[in-house]
Amino acid sequence: MEPEPTTAAEVADGLAGCDYLADEGLATAVFLAMTLSRPLLLEGEPGVGKTETANALAAWTGGELIRLQCYEGIDVAQAVYEWDYSRQLLHLRTAEATGSATQATADALEDELYSERFLIRRPLLRAIAAVEGPPPVLLIDEVDRADDEFEAFLLEILSDYAVTVPEIGRFAASTPPRVIITSNRTRDVHDALKRRCLYHWVEHPGFEQEVAIIGRRAPEVGVILARQVAAATAAFRELGLYKPPGVAESIDWSLALGRLGAAELTPEITQASLGSVLKYREDQQRVADQGIGGLIERAIARAG
Amino acid sequence: MQSDQLAVGFVNALRGAGIDVAVGSSVNYYQALGAVGVEQRSSVYWAGRATLVVEPDDIELYDQIFNAYYGANLLTANPVVEVVQPITLVTDDDGEDGAEDGDGDDEDPGDPSLTLRWSRHEVLRAKDFADYTDDELEEVYRLMAAMARVGGTRRSRRRRLTHRTAGHPALRRTVRAAIRSSGEPVRRWYTEPGERLRRVVLLLDISGSMESYARALIRFVHAAVVGRRRVEVFTIGTRLTRITRELSSRDPDRALGEAAHAVSDWSGGTRLGDTLADFNELWGIRGMARGATVVILSDGWDRGSPEVMDEQMARLRRVAHRLVWVNPLKATPGYQPLAQGMAAALPHIDDFIEGHSLRSLERLAAVLGDKQSTAEARNKASNSSHPAGEARGGSTQLIGKPQ
Repeated sequence: MEPEPTTAAEVADGLAGCDYLADEGLATAVFLAMTLSRPLLLEGEPGVGKTETANALAAWTGGELIRLQCYEGIDVAQAVYEWDYSRQLLHLRTAEATGSATQATADALEDELYSERFLIRRPLLRAIAAVEGPPPVLLIDEVDRADDEFEAFLLEILSDYAVTVPEIGRFAASTPPRVIITSNRTRDVHDALKRRCLYHWVEHPGFEQEVAIIGRRAPEVGVILARQVAAATAAFRELGLYKPPGVAESIDWSLALGRLGAAELTPEITQASLGSVLKYREDQQRVADQGIGGLIERAIARAG
Repeated sequence: MQSDQLAVGFVNALRGAGIDVAVGSSVNYYQALGAVGVEQRSSVYWAGRATLVVEPDDIELYDQIFNAYYGANLLTANPVVEVVQPITLVTDDDGEDGAEDGDGDDEDPGDPSLTLRWSRHEVLRAKDFADYTDDELEEVYRLMAAMARVGGTRRSRRRRLTHRTAGHPALRRTVRAAIRSSGEPVRRWYTEPGERLRRVVLLLDISGSMESYARALIRFVHAAVVGRRRVEVFTIGTRLTRITRELSSRDPDRALGEAAHAVSDWSGGTRLGDTLADFNELWGIRGMARGATVVILSDGWDRGSPEVMDEQMARLRRVAHRLVWVNPLKATPGYQPLAQGMAAALPHIDDFIEGHSLRSLERLAAVLGDKQSTAEARNKASNSSHPAGEARGGSTQLIGKPQ
C-alpha cells in the first residue's frame, strides 16, 4: 500500500525500514517533496547517498524506480521516446511484400507506422505515462552532466508532467511521479530548474549516524569495528584529501574488513584494505605521511 | 503572530541579507510550514532549508538569519531583525593589518555576525574600471566576434545527418523517406558524430602585480564570455571567485561593474597555488576542467610554496585537454620565467604566450583556435632541458625580472 506520511518522522521511519537512514533535514525535504508534489534536487559530495535516497524511496513507496542517467549530448530520443525504426522498416517491407502498400495510401501507412505499437518509451515518458499502482520514483541522476538545452526541456516536463509526441498526441501523468534529481555541481544547475524544485544539500553523516548506517548495510561487521571504521573515516575527511571518503566508501571498507576477518582495526589491516576507502595514490600517501598507526589509535580511542 | 506574516517576514529578512529568494519559493515555504507545522523549531528550520535555500554557500547565512529571526522561542519571533549585511568591506593598504601577528587568528569566533576573514596577504579592495571609450568598445566587439569559434571542438555524442553514404544509418530519416516510396528505402540516410565546442576555463590572476594589466584582461575575459558559448571565468589571487555570471551581460560597462563588485580581493596578495587548489577541488576535477581548454592569465608571481603549485598544476594537467598560460611579462625583451610559481608551473603547460594588452590577447584567440596537436606541444614542454626554458621554443636569453 502506498504510504501517505503526515510528518517527516514517518518518512524517516519508512526509509529506515528500507535500510536507508535519513537525518531530519533529508527526511523533511523528502516529506515536503511528497506532500507538495515537487521535484527534489539533491546536491552534495560524491558518495553521500544521493542516488540511494531514490532507491530507498522507491522501495518504501512501492513505486517503480525509473532512472535516467544524464550525460553530455543526451537528447529526446534517449530521454523521452524513440521510434522503433527497425520494426518500422520491417513492417514497411511486409506491407510491400503482401501488396497492401500499393493499395493503402501513404497517409494510412504512415499512421500505422507512427502508432504506439512502434513507440519505444524512454524513462521520462515511462514515468509520465505510468498508470497502475503507486506513482513511480523518477531518478534524474547527475543532471549537471547534461547540456543546458536539455535542462530547459526537463523544466518543461517537470512543470506540467506531460509529454507531447507529435505523431500520437499528449501523454499526461494521472498522478505525477515522485522526482529526485541529483547533481554533483560540476556546473551550476539553472535557476529556473532550482526554483521548480525543493533543495537539499546532503552532508556527510555524523558519527553515530554513520555507525548506524554501517550497522544496517554491513550487518556482518561487529559493532566495535563499525564504530572504529566510522571514526577512522571521519578522521580521513579532516585530512584535506583529494577525495574525502563518503558513506559509500565507509560501507565498502567495512565489508572489505569483514571479508578479511578483522574484528578490530589494526594498522596492518588498514594498510592492506586502504584501497577500498581511499581511491587516489596521493591520498594514500598523505595518510601514510600522517602515520597510519597514530591515526588508527586516535580513531579507536574515539570509538570508545 | 500569524504564520503567513511570519513566513513573509522571514523571507524578507533573507532577501535583505542577500539570499536570492524567488517569489515562488516563498509560496512553497508557506505551504511547507503548513505541512510540517510550526510547533517544532527544527521542522521550521528544515522547511525553510528545503524551500528557500538553493546554494550550499548560502546555508551559513541562512542559519544566522534563522537564529536571529526566530529567536529562542518560535512564538516570539522577532520580525524587526537587524539584517546582517553581506561581506562588503573596503580597506586601504595594510596599515592596521601590519600590527597583527597571526594570519588566520584575527577573527573573533564568538561574534555571531559575519566577520570578514583577512590576513596580511589578503587585501580586500573594491575595483573601479573606468567606462569604455568608443574606440575600446569597437575593439571589444571585434574581439567578441573573434572569440566565437575559438577553443577547438571535440566529438559530441549527439549524431547529425551527413551526406556521406556510409557510416551509422539514420533510421528515422530513412523510414520517413521510405514511406514516400511505398516502403522501399531507396534513399538511405546516415549520421556522423556531431561536433561540440570545448569548454574554455579562464583563470584570471588579479593580484597586485597584475594591476596594470587588469583592465585589458578583464575586458578580454568579458569578450570571451559574451562572444563564445561554454566559457567559465574565475579570478584567482588570494581567493577563488567565480565571475561568469557577472560577466554575462552584453553591456561591457555593466558587466565589468558587476564583476568588480563580486570580487573582493582586487590587487591583493598572491597565493596562486592555494587558489588553484581551491579551483581543482570545488570545480575543476569534478568536471569543469575535464576535457576543457584551461587558460591561466597570470605573471606567475606566487607567495606560496612552489611544491603546492607544482602539485596543483599536475592535477589540472591530468584532467584538462590543454593548458595555456598567458603571461603579460613575456612581452618584455629577454624575459625568463624565473618567478617561483611560473617556474614550477612551466613543465605542465602546453602553450606559453604573452598577453599584456587587449591587442596581444587577440593572439591568444588565435592560439586557442589553432588546431596544433596538443601532444606535440606537450613533448616540447617536457623535453625542455632546464625549467627556465620556454614551453614552446622561443629565445633563451637570460635575465628577466629580478627575483
